Amino acid sequence: MNSKGWSDLWILGLLLLSALAPLILNAYWLSVAVTMMMFIALSTSWALFSGPTHYISLATGAFYGVGGYLVGTGMSDFNLSFWLMAAISPIVATILAALIGLATLRLSGVYFVIFTLGLAEMIRNLVSWIQNNFLGSRGLYVLTDFDEADIYWMLLVITSCIYLLGWVVNRSRLGFALKIIGNDEMVARHVGINTAWSKVLLFMTTGFFAALVGAVIAPRYTYIEPNQVFSPQLSFLVVIMALLGGASRLWGPIVGVIPFTLIWEFVSAEAPNYTYLFLGIVFLLIVYVLPQGFVGRFEQLAKRLKEGGNY
Amino acid sequence: MRPGNTILRINGITKRFGGLVAVDNLSFEVAEHEVVGLIGPNGSGKTTMLNMISGAFKPSGGMIDLKGVTISSFSAQKIARKGIGRTFQLVRLLPTLSVLENVIAGAVFGHRRIWGAAVQHHAQKMLERVGLENMAFAPISSLTYIDQKRLELARVLAGDPEILLLDEWLAGLNPSELETGIKLIQDLRSEGRTIILVEHVMDAIRSVCDRCVVMASGQKIAEGIPSEVLSNPVVISAYLGDEDA
Repeated sequence: MNSKGWSDLWILGLLLLSALAPLILNAYWLSVAVTMMMFIALSTSWALFSGPTHYISLATGAFYGVGGYLVGTGMSDFNLSFWLMAAISPIVATILAALIGLATLRLSGVYFVIFTLGLAEMIRNLVSWIQNNFLGSRGLYVLTDFDEADIYWMLLVITSCIYLLGWVVNRSRLGFALKIIGNDEMVARHVGINTAWSKVLLFMTTGFFAALVGAVIAPRYTYIEPNQVFSPQLSFLVVIMALLGGASRLWGPIVGVIPFTLIWEFVSAEAPNYTYLFLGIVFLLIVYVLPQGFVGRFEQLAKRLKEGGNY
Repeated sequence: MRPGNTILRINGITKRFGGLVAVDNLSFEVAEHEVVGLIGPNGSGKTTMLNMISGAFKPSGGMIDLKGVTISSFSAQKIARKGIGRTFQLVRLLPTLSVLENVIAGAVFGHRRIWGAAVQHHAQKMLERVGLENMAFAPISSLTYIDQKRLELARVLAGDPEILLLDEWLAGLNPSELETGIKLIQDLRSEGRTIILVEHVMDAIRSVCDRCVVMASGQKIAEGIPSEVLSNPVVISAYLGDEDA
């Protein structure tokens, strides 16, 4: 709505530039870049909803799982094409998100967090049960011709779409409505905002993109089982990375994802037993030092420099 | 401006919270351009009544009609869109937004729906209206109490409501702020706004209200022009207790 809006577009330029990465990077760094791009997409779309409204959703893993699992079962059990399943799964996840959204409308704060976590677990168990009892317990194979570079580019396209959408939403009435909801839902209703619809709409968007990411990344794993793709850890990682960067700005999650994934990769390779210790430390860091994420610190610093310059 | 046709009709409204009857079969009418005071001792159900008009609460029984349309079953957002705007007993602002954005919030989704440059201009005019034109880009945390109240009023006015609900808008102001506050409500009155105000400040009630509805224990105990109502023995005893008590 103001000049700040335009400056967010520079991130899109950087993203387009990063399309060159597969041409430069070796296999190891390319695989790190794929992980990074996946988390940028997931954290940014998570922040589209949770950033302005402060509703912390732990359902990302469920939507991501729907994407991965549907691609797996579609290709393995029903001989359908990857592209068809990659198109269907986000739609299924969007409908699921709408149902979850409608069911959780009256919940707020910690109740919403717990509900989304419980729900993700329920979906994981339900899908495992269906797979084991009706579709045969054999594993799901996702066999495609894609290499890491293809997956990277597909994720890059998705991420760019999320940025563009976020940029449009931030400048729209809907984005403004979400900010008001995040500030005071009672006021939001009394200025005429349809709070339920606004929240569900954005929640559906995050569901859509998480499933799309899950579908596109599925070929990377080749072999899929429900317990692995519906990972609750993924939901937590997405939240931590988004909060570390700062969920109040569109470019916030990206500055959280990059350092986090690099250190995470390093810890996983060098000291795999300490990954949870690292996760815990980052959590404490956010709570005690970076409540608004890196973004909050940057802006504080920028403000101080600006005010300092006036003397 | 002279009161015109009936715009709001409260018809036998009751609100129960479990066993407690907060508002008990209350009826009154409000005419266009009229300023009606809703008064009574603490806990008499005034704010509950206001909450039902604005849609924050659903009545347990009875009906509220706005210009012939029953609104008592509508959600708060729908009522806001129909043209009822309110302030809150404890000021509710949007702390992460700027002063100007706080006002814009009132003019985008409700009774008035504008966006872009038009809404910026409109919001600036509303700030001038309440005397905050120099604070447009100040952080919310820097506002004094009266300025917070002014800002909340500017947000409501930005939606150009047909009926304005003020919930103890003058409470907590110091004497000089009070003078400014009463002046502001008088200005709104002379603009021809329809206003329902819950208020304890008697000076304000005398100087701005056309009519008063007095509540005690959820029921209406008196109604009429302020000077008569305030000298009514029933009203005095409701406020101060019986003579021999």
